[in-house]
Amino acid sequence: MIELKGLTKVFDTGKARLTAVDHVDLTVPSGEIFGIIGYSGAGKSTLIRLLNGLEQPSEGSVEINGQNITAISGPKLRKARQKVSMIFQHFNLLWSRTVRENIEFPLEIAGVGKDERRKRSAELIELVGLEGRDNAYPSQLSGGQKQRVGIARALANDPEVLLCDEATSALDPQTTDAILDLLVDINKRLGLTIVLITHEMHVIRKICHRVAVMEGGRVVELGEVLHVFQHPKENITKTFVAQVTETEDSAETVRHLREQYPEGQLVKLIFVGDQAEQPILTQLIREYAVEVNIVHGNISHTQRGAYGTLILQLKGTADEISKAIAFLGAHDVQTEVMGNA
Amino acid sequence: MLETLFPNVDWADMWEATLETIYMTAMSTFFTFVIGLVLGIVLFLTAPNQLWANKIVNWLTGAFVNIFRSIPFIILIILLIPFTKFLIGSIRGPNAALPALIIGAAPFYARMVLIALKEIDKGVIEAARSMGATTWTIIRKVLLPESKPALISGITVTAIALVGYTAMAGIIGAGGLGTLAFLDGFQRSREDVTLMATIAILVIVFIVQFIGDYLTGKADKR
Repeated sequence: MIELKGLTKVFDTGKARLTAVDHVDLTVPSGEIFGIIGYSGAGKSTLIRLLNGLEQPSEGSVEINGQNITAISGPKLRKARQKVSMIFQHFNLLWSRTVRENIEFPLEIAGVGKDERRKRSAELIELVGLEGRDNAYPSQLSGGQKQRVGIARALANDPEVLLCDEATSALDPQTTDAILDLLVDINKRLGLTIVLITHEMHVIRKICHRVAVMEGGRVVELGEVLHVFQHPKENITKTFVAQVTETEDSAETVRHLREQYPEGQLVKLIFVGDQAEQPILTQLIREYAVEVNIVHGNISHTQRGAYGTLILQLKGTADEISKAIAFLGAHDVQTEVMGNA
Repeated sequence: MLETLFPNVDWADMWEATLETIYMTAMSTFFTFVIGLVLGIVLFLTAPNQLWANKIVNWLTGAFVNIFRSIPFIILIILLIPFTKFLIGSIRGPNAALPALIIGAAPFYARMVLIALKEIDKGVIEAARSMGATTWTIIRKVLLPESKPALISGITVTAIALVGYTAMAGIIGAGGLGTLAFLDGFQRSREDVTLMATIAILVIVFIVQFIGDYLTGKADKR
């Protein structure tokens, strides 16, 4: 378990004082995949480096499994770092070492013997799906493969926590998905706690259980991913949520849809979790004298259920339409009238 | 045929002088490598925001390197005569040339080491720190291996410069091909001796360059 209390980091550059992390309190239970999202400069990079003592806080404390990371230094801190490992946006592999030697590097640091290192690296190479590439140099690997080496290297000393610093930001969308699947797999198989920082809501949606939104060094919103998707409070959160779900909601698209479907009423439905799997539309059509035309729809899967939006064109008498909308509301479907032509 | 082209060359002397030049170059290259590497690493690690960030040590090391790098070699030899006398007990012969050669070349190489280390991705050092590596481990397993090609090409350039320095040291009687070319070739107007000494120096330089290029290529896995 990770516990941050009043964590603050101020950079004093002589002329200016920059508060990168501003009184952050967070608790991440064991086995959770916790996401921190924010734009660059929001302080998330500094925050994640406070977790393994690469940065020393100005105030506050970081506790990981009962050990206060901020109070220790020297050999104790180095020992603790072996249990809080990290993967990076640019992989940070040693180009002078082969895949296997890179994976064995943290084991060398931990003083593991040669035979044991060889055995462990072979297991890890298999775990991350790089069989047969043992003797390749990083320069011979693709970005996705390099990150797999990074992950294997991070897992070498059986860490309790894995910190991911924009681990997929340098990868293309398909490779990103494959790496995210691998992280989920590792989380389930090894029960590893994962803390990741990103600026892509897609990453949060796909693998995180909970998310914290950072802005100006503060955590401005925190909650279950599904809940945050459903009810984003802060403007910044809404912008992030829009990255993955509401691309069709831009003013231009709405105008376009209205032009395309001039009759009746356009409504947008937002389904969350279980509702996404209930036959609400069937009931609607059966019970009300409205004609339903599906104009647009998408569904996103998060770790804790689905999240979907659907845009319908409802045609019928005004009375029936408002009854239908009331029915949807009664079934806890978030309904938004997009106006009529 | 060699007798007609180089009538004045004493081949035994020429061979001995070549060996002396090789000896001076090899010894000074070795010590330059060790001292330059240490100085370069200290310069790198004591710079601001580095692992041993220390303004005073960084300034002192930087000043030492800059001063000795700036003194023309021929003047440095003369300046170092008392030091050499104290250290070696004589100011003549190949060994007497070594202090000046090393003190002249090590700062030069230290700068090259610094440039090589600065080329290393900061992220890699951070990754090693995040794994709990000590600074000593980072030096041994990250800094040196990751900058190996640049360190080797740097010492190749330095070794070639040292071949030239040994010839200059020859003027004050260090021995080797420089002395031979100066005393036997120039002062006695035997152009063939000077020419042969030049050829021998060129061969040494080419061999050094070839070995350096080969090792650099082999070390570079990027």
